[in-house]
Amino acid sequence: MWTYVLVGITFSIYIGIAIWSRAGSTKEFYVAGGGVSPLANGMATAADWMSAASFISMAGIIAFAGYDGSVYLMGWTGGYVLLALLLAPYLRKFGKFTVPDFIGDRYYSKTARLVAVLCALLVSFTYVAGQMQGVGLVFSRFLEVDMNTGVIIGMVIVLFYAVLGGMKGITYTQVAQYCVLIFAFMVPAIFISFQMTGNPIPQLGMGSTLNDGSGVFLLDKLDGLSTELGFEEYTSGSKSMIDVFAITLALMVGTAGLPHVIVRFFTVKRVKDARKSAGWALLLIAILYTTAPAVSVFARTNMIDTVNNQPYADMPEWFSKWEITGLIAFDDKNGDGLIQYVADANTNELQVNRDIMVLANPEIANLPAWVIALVAAGGLAAALSTAAGLLLVISSSVSHDLIKKVFKPDISEKGELWAARGAATVAVIIAGYFGINPPGFVAAVVALAFGLAAASFFPAIVLGIFYKKMNKEGAIAGMVIGISLMLFYMLKFKFGIFDGGKSAVAGLKEDWWFGISPEGFGSVAMVVNFIVSIAIMKFTPAPPVEVQKIVEDIRIPSGAGAASDH
Amino acid sequence: MTDKQTNAKGYWKENLKYLFILLAIWFMVSYGAGILFKDALDTIQIGGFKLGFWFAQQGSIYVFVILIFVYVRLMNKLDKKYGYDE
Repeated sequence: MWTYVLVGITFSIYIGIAIWSRAGSTKEFYVAGGGVSPLANGMATAADWMSAASFISMAGIIAFAGYDGSVYLMGWTGGYVLLALLLAPYLRKFGKFTVPDFIGDRYYSKTARLVAVLCALLVSFTYVAGQMQGVGLVFSRFLEVDMNTGVIIGMVIVLFYAVLGGMKGITYTQVAQYCVLIFAFMVPAIFISFQMTGNPIPQLGMGSTLNDGSGVFLLDKLDGLSTELGFEEYTSGSKSMIDVFAITLALMVGTAGLPHVIVRFFTVKRVKDARKSAGWALLLIAILYTTAPAVSVFARTNMIDTVNNQPYADMPEWFSKWEITGLIAFDDKNGDGLIQYVADANTNELQVNRDIMVLANPEIANLPAWVIALVAAGGLAAALSTAAGLLLVISSSVSHDLIKKVFKPDISEKGELWAARGAATVAVIIAGYFGINPPGFVAAVVALAFGLAAASFFPAIVLGIFYKKMNKEGAIAGMVIGISLMLFYMLKFKFGIFDGGKSAVAGLKEDWWFGISPEGFGSVAMVVNFIVSIAIMKFTPAPPVEVQKIVEDIRIPSGAGAASDH
Repeated sequence: MTDKQTNAKGYWKENLKYLFILLAIWFMVSYGAGILFKDALDTIQIGGFKLGFWFAQQGSIYVFVILIFVYVRLMNKLDKKYGYDE
């Protein structure tokens, strides 16, 4: 009941904002007119960035990975430091609509632009399919509609405000969505923190003693429980140091290279606003990102306490509800009617999908119904806001970078606007299709999208700003080789296609280069991209004088003007 | 070289200096304290937190936020100093 009310209210707000902020020009459609305030842009960026993965999956992944989960926490926040210091102010000064715009103009080449468009589409499509699945998951569990119906409802809503409002509609709905999702994430966390440790601030509760009078620190208890059941100690983790290092780096650099995040900085007025809104964005993201590891600790401890060695017959209602969705599975191997939850796969009787930890957490902790409903609304806000941002990148890549800049430069403003809307519609339908029929590789590819972004965009953009002599030959070769190397490594070690398919993947672990997993390989591919770019540049002609002038100009913050077409 | 270019060059040099210092801190709190020296720092416990673990899951993020706001302040001052403020 509560769920219908809360989801209904939030959805009407989004639609209301969409009608109020229709886009009338391409400038409004691509960059919201270019006059968004730094705080509003910070909120929109935060919602844009925090996807279903951040809201629904991340705390769950950390709950099961312990220290190893730190790669996501550091990787997905540290990237903003790179973004704020190395990219955002300069790209804002450059003042165009899209990332391929920058690559194409800075490297004075249609080929460079096309390579960038392809990279942007590859990254964005894999990402958006994951969001649609998140929407489906929330709908099927909380509104008890069919998962497919859920995806279709989500598609219609996004279609409505992304197609109608473009960046302008998306920006202001994202501001609203940020408020919904952060409130929805914090309320249960505060409740549970207080319940378990007596400290209402989750970030502190995580390091406090338990509320049961034992005086034991929560983290010490969880370390103890984990080792007792045969898992790694929670605060230690099992990945090698070099792999943790590489994954963190790939995620940071990938974050800084994601087109849907970068374009958000084109929407503010001045260069100093771009810097400031990066600060706001990270502050607002950090609220969730420092709470998430606390939620992981609470959820993991609570879950072990609730289920381990307890009779199956006594399980609370949430347990059977999630069993229906297939995301919890119990198999009484030794037939004693108790649930044995241990690390050893042969005797372990409980399978828990990591994605349900955040959604189930309030139920596990017995919180009131309205809090549970809030989490559903928050998950939807997170998924929809990111999906909308990605769709905009896809549609502007097609209408602006392909149609306007390559195939039909004489298209009218109105024509381009309609092309953008058409492209957004097609993109929603394709994304929805993949949401309903997820190819088995979607989840894996979403994580790897960061590697792809790290291997392609980041070096090309950074060199374009900080290395005046970088030329098109170097940049194109770097992007092509970087992304191909990443794709090759991914196909070889993640999908095993050169060694007989998925089943071979586990056996290939020994052959990882430098002991680095496919998730972390983006950092290697990025270094290769840098080296190739610089080496090729040394043997090819320097960029034209006008281009070097552009570089000098983007380094100076004043006179940014509005983002424009020319 | 014109005055304008000298001015721009000076601005850029100071900017790079700030970037270098801030990114060094960025590297130290995350890759340093959170990963490379994590085990050594874990021997120190503050409240319920082992220090290396805390840096990896909490501390580095707080420092990241502070770094960006420090950068914003430094650059706003620098813009004024070189007359690029608007």
